[in-house]
Amino acid sequence: MSLTTEDVEKIAHLARLAIGPEEGEALSHDLSNILDLVAQMEAADTADVTPMAHPLEMNQRLRPDRVTESNQRERYMSNAPLAEDGLFLVPKVIE
Amino acid sequence: MHEKTLAELSAGLAAGDFSSVELTRHFLDRIERLDGRLNSFISVTAEQALAQAEAADARRAAGEAGPLTGIPVAHKDIFCTRGVRTSCGSRMLDNFISPYDATVVERLDAAGVVMLGKTNMDEFAMGSSNETSYYGPVRNPWDTECVPGGSSGGSAAAVAARLAPAATGTDTGGSIRQPAALTGITGLKPTYGRCSRYGMIAFASSLDQAGPMTRTAEDAALLLGGMAGFDERDSTSADRPLDDYLSGLDAPLQGLRVGLVREFMENDLDPGIAAATQAVIDELKRQGAEIVEISLPNVHLSVSAYYVVAPAECSSNLSRFDGVRYGHRCEDPRDLEDLYKRSRSEGFGAEVKRRIMIGTYALSAGFYDAYYIKAQKVRQLIAADFRAAFEQVDVIASPTAPETAFRIGQKTDDPVSMYLQDIYTIAVNLAGLPGISIPAPQSGGMPTGFQLIGRLFDEARLLNVAHRIQQETDWHTLAPEGF
Repeated sequence: MSLTTEDVEKIAHLARLAIGPEEGEALSHDLSNILDLVAQMEAADTADVTPMAHPLEMNQRLRPDRVTESNQRERYMSNAPLAEDGLFLVPKVIE
Repeated sequence: MHEKTLAELSAGLAAGDFSSVELTRHFLDRIERLDGRLNSFISVTAEQALAQAEAADARRAAGEAGPLTGIPVAHKDIFCTRGVRTSCGSRMLDNFISPYDATVVERLDAAGVVMLGKTNMDEFAMGSSNETSYYGPVRNPWDTECVPGGSSGGSAAAVAARLAPAATGTDTGGSIRQPAALTGITGLKPTYGRCSRYGMIAFASSLDQAGPMTRTAEDAALLLGGMAGFDERDSTSADRPLDDYLSGLDAPLQGLRVGLVREFMENDLDPGIAAATQAVIDELKRQGAEIVEISLPNVHLSVSAYYVVAPAECSSNLSRFDGVRYGHRCEDPRDLEDLYKRSRSEGFGAEVKRRIMIGTYALSAGFYDAYYIKAQKVRQLIAADFRAAFEQVDVIASPTAPETAFRIGQKTDDPVSMYLQDIYTIAVNLAGLPGISIPAPQSGGMPTGFQLIGRLFDEARLLNVAHRIQQETDWHTLAPEGF
């Protein structure tokens, strides 16, 4: 399996990563090697196998829908890089 | 005092031989004097530690102390600690002060444990050498030119160098056991779901598990008892009662059936590692255990399946780092897309980016069945191999890591060779099983590890077998010179 630098650029965009030209070449090399490693699993016959969703074979637990937390907006927003009046600020999205 | 095990320190505190404040000062002093050579801590929380120690001593005076009250412990910097920087070894979270405690931290805190600080780690727990940390590599106290393993390399190095009596770690593909092996300590990865993942920064959610890193199996039993248990805040937490990990530690091994994995003992196994493994097997035989050769026919597919499942879950988990709500944000973003892309590219290091990219690719339209679903099917085959083996044996034994600690920089240019560090440990995570690494005889003057794998929730038996080995041997008592 080998990825071109165009593939790498496309994946980087999907992952919202900015990749420089030199980085792109190194990445296409490294990612291709990793995919070669991954390709070893193709040899396994998995025709009748159910994919494993969870190691403990348990169902997702549900909880009652009730309020358990108190409002701590200020504390939780104290790590925000840019905030004002309880809002996270980002560059203008709609002109 | 640093020569003593956690159990001995616990007895010393109970007998009034020393106070928690004295003990805490002793370890803080060692960190200050010696950690410059190791870089095992990202943050040292001296002031808080002394306040916690004072509180622990007061609690003891009031007759309310438990076995962990007043014991200093270091936490891997992946666990959220309220009011303290929680970096996960990443520039992305260099400025992140956690607003809450992880459940594991909260439970140990409630037991009266004193936090010495936060230990260095591979960035977002992605690595097997502790070289991907934004805060620089950790050095192995046995040879400071070598890596301590990873991703819990800071915790391993700190415990090995006696800078902390014990530490917490996390293990997604071997991140507790492999560094334990490379630094000569004991490290337990419990069954998936045994310790809460709440507040433990997520890497691969179906594999991540917290566990103790200590000098002895007895210490691991003590610390695990304080860490583990059901937590409704973690949707995959196991809702079953906690075993008493201490009461069965001394049970004799007569008649114990130990499976030796054929596939792990062939394939040009390093002779030093093979000899070390054999020495522990011989000790098990001497104590009356029966050694049975077993086969795990699909285990050779573990690393390839893992490098789909783990990156896929990582790419999903790490999408939360967007430069908006917390974490690193780039300067002067042109627009929202530029904000996302530059914040993430500046905040994440090379290995994290590689794994996000592999995961993004594996989950992208048209590839999901061929990669993620296929890997989850292979995972099922591997788990079935273990189930079949456990019909014949009580525990499974193997080396922990394929070699002793390697030199810093030796594998950084070749991600795949680094990934193969975990060939003996990864299958255990894929199947959700508990696994422990204990020191085996050294090879070339460097520590090696012996891995024991148990049935789901059979931690008590792993600790029992490990403890019995340690009662009759001294491999776990060796300490690096100069620390």
